[in-house]
Amino acid sequence: METIYFDNNATTKVDPEVLEAMLPFFKDSYGNPSSMHHKGGEVATALRKARQSLADLLGCEPIEIIYTSCGTESDNTALWSALRTQPNKRHLITSKVEHSAIINNATFLKHQGYRVTEIGVDRGGLIDMDQLVDSMTPDTALVSLLWANNETGVLFPVEKIADLCHEKGIVFHTDAVQAIGKIPINLKDTNIDMLSLAGHKIHAPKGIGALFVRRKLKFAPFMIGGHQENGRRGGTENVPYIIGLGVAAELAQKRLPEENTRVRALRDRLEEGLLTIPSSMVNGDRVQRLPNTTNISFEYVEGESILFHLSHAGICASSGSACTSGSLEPSHVLRAMGVPFTAAHGSIRLSLSVENTDAEVDRALKIFPEVIEKLRNLSPFWKDGAPALESGLLSCDGNSCQICN
Amino acid sequence: MWEYTDNVMEHFENPRNVGVVERIDGEGQVGSLSCGDALRLTIQVDKERDIIEDAKFQTFGCASAIASSSALTEMIKGKTLDQALTLTNQDIADYLGGLPKEKMHCSVMGQEALEAAISNYRGVPVRATQGEIICHCFGVTDQEIERVVKTNRLTTVEEITQFTKAGGGCGKCLPKLEELLAKILHRASGNGSDTPKPARMTALKRIKLIEEVINTQIAPALMRDGGDIELVDVDGNEVVVALKGSCSGCPSSKRTLADFVTETLRTLVDPAIVVREQR
Repeated sequence: METIYFDNNATTKVDPEVLEAMLPFFKDSYGNPSSMHHKGGEVATALRKARQSLADLLGCEPIEIIYTSCGTESDNTALWSALRTQPNKRHLITSKVEHSAIINNATFLKHQGYRVTEIGVDRGGLIDMDQLVDSMTPDTALVSLLWANNETGVLFPVEKIADLCHEKGIVFHTDAVQAIGKIPINLKDTNIDMLSLAGHKIHAPKGIGALFVRRKLKFAPFMIGGHQENGRRGGTENVPYIIGLGVAAELAQKRLPEENTRVRALRDRLEEGLLTIPSSMVNGDRVQRLPNTTNISFEYVEGESILFHLSHAGICASSGSACTSGSLEPSHVLRAMGVPFTAAHGSIRLSLSVENTDAEVDRALKIFPEVIEKLRNLSPFWKDGAPALESGLLSCDGNSCQICN
Repeated sequence: MWEYTDNVMEHFENPRNVGVVERIDGEGQVGSLSCGDALRLTIQVDKERDIIEDAKFQTFGCASAIASSSALTEMIKGKTLDQALTLTNQDIADYLGGLPKEKMHCSVMGQEALEAAISNYRGVPVRATQGEIICHCFGVTDQEIERVVKTNRLTTVEEITQFTKAGGGCGKCLPKLEELLAKILHRASGNGSDTPKPARMTALKRIKLIEEVINTQIAPALMRDGGDIELVDVDGNEVVVALKGSCSGCPSSKRTLADFVTETLRTLVDPAIVVREQR
């Protein structure tokens, strides 16, 4: 059985070209780029080239890039740098649909006495701009927002928000881990101060990330150590992975048009096909969205069960249901959007890449209706091809706790 | 990915006894659409012999919820009602070769549906719905929690959440769960008699006990909300504590002190204790 990998927002397959480029740096090119001999020198040259490739993808200068170990480290570095360089400011703005790297820091900061404003989103997952603007104060140290939401693919207008922050002298950071390689980004035309990315979302391996820090922005290192990365991130460079990320950046640049045409068309066809299944709906705005992602709810069935049946048929996807997260609540993103619980429990995220094909979409469109039907035939809320809620089962009494609110 | 046993996956992929029995003699419904799992169990009873002739289920939920329901129906068919009632949630989990601890509530759901179906057949009230609701998110009562704690020998609030879901929603009931657990464990260990022990406790033992209760019972509950508590002094029956982190200056801290700290210390150490907060 062939695998159909529709979980590229979780991670991507390492591209063979990327792997090929990395291998010499596990073998003969083992020098430390800081060393004053030819073994070090050849590696330093390769690093410079890789940094240039990533800078080209982002539209920034090579010196504005700091390599990290992952997107989470980039987010932490950005957040703590903004706070440490502005110790008198005690307010942070973020949103209700962020990645846990920011959310859990925000919770921690609240306990440390910081004021944190989490901006809400509408039913489509779009940010409340009025609330965002109203929340900005002279005490605000940082606004940190996702560029593209990992669960729904919905885009925030971060360039516009960066302009607003710039006017008010507020540092702006965006977690662009999902946006890189899927939408055009040209940082020198924006007022974005810091931007996080992770290699494994663009066909580089896990274990490498980067943070863009605009020239002249005050910066405090997160990892204190040697002179590497201009003293902004101590620790010997992860050479093979930085090289890999450089090649991945070149490939991403080259494939950007394909992401926005062929991959988008695949996603759209998959989505339209799945929406013919009764009681299904797309979560998130369908226009302001990444070209590769769709988040669809199949009501009256539960996400984990769907995933296991899909996996049995070869399809890899993910879900925002409670059971898949290990918690008892469905995805915080879907809850913030006001997706009804009945739909959130049955939400499935499908995220494509240039690796996917038309034939895979065809096969998925055959498998999905069978899986959903099989589970609905088990469900007490489904009878004869339609919802059957009168079976007397408890439904939520509503608003008794923050799960429902 | 969850580590499900082959048995769980087998029952999930090929569930037994799906649907509704031909003649519904008893019916039990547990869970809800908004909670993320729900089970409807119907049984057909041989009235002369008091035997479950047939049992079928309909389940909305994750793989382990479906597998637990399937296992349940297999386990109860052919049993007398009284035999079936001795079935525990642990029996269902064992039948499946075990469940991840985060999924134990699926087995509890099965056990409760069975009890509800038999109660429905016999026309008696369902035990699980009796008592005071502690967790409003998932509608779990104190009696239900007590039963699950005793059956499965639970010792932490985290386990209560894994087995009953209580406390897994908004989290507002967590201090109440701590309190309830302390009471249940206290009774279970045979210390539940009304005669207070402190008379025979030396001052040092008493202070040590107070310290232990604060560190193991009270502080963890407060830390969940980002707070903390420290024992400052013990003077006779007066216990002086300092609240830290988000507890200090929190408007509800007075209530936290009165309702929770005092209650816990009185239950576990001495009913005469008075708690004072050091500012």
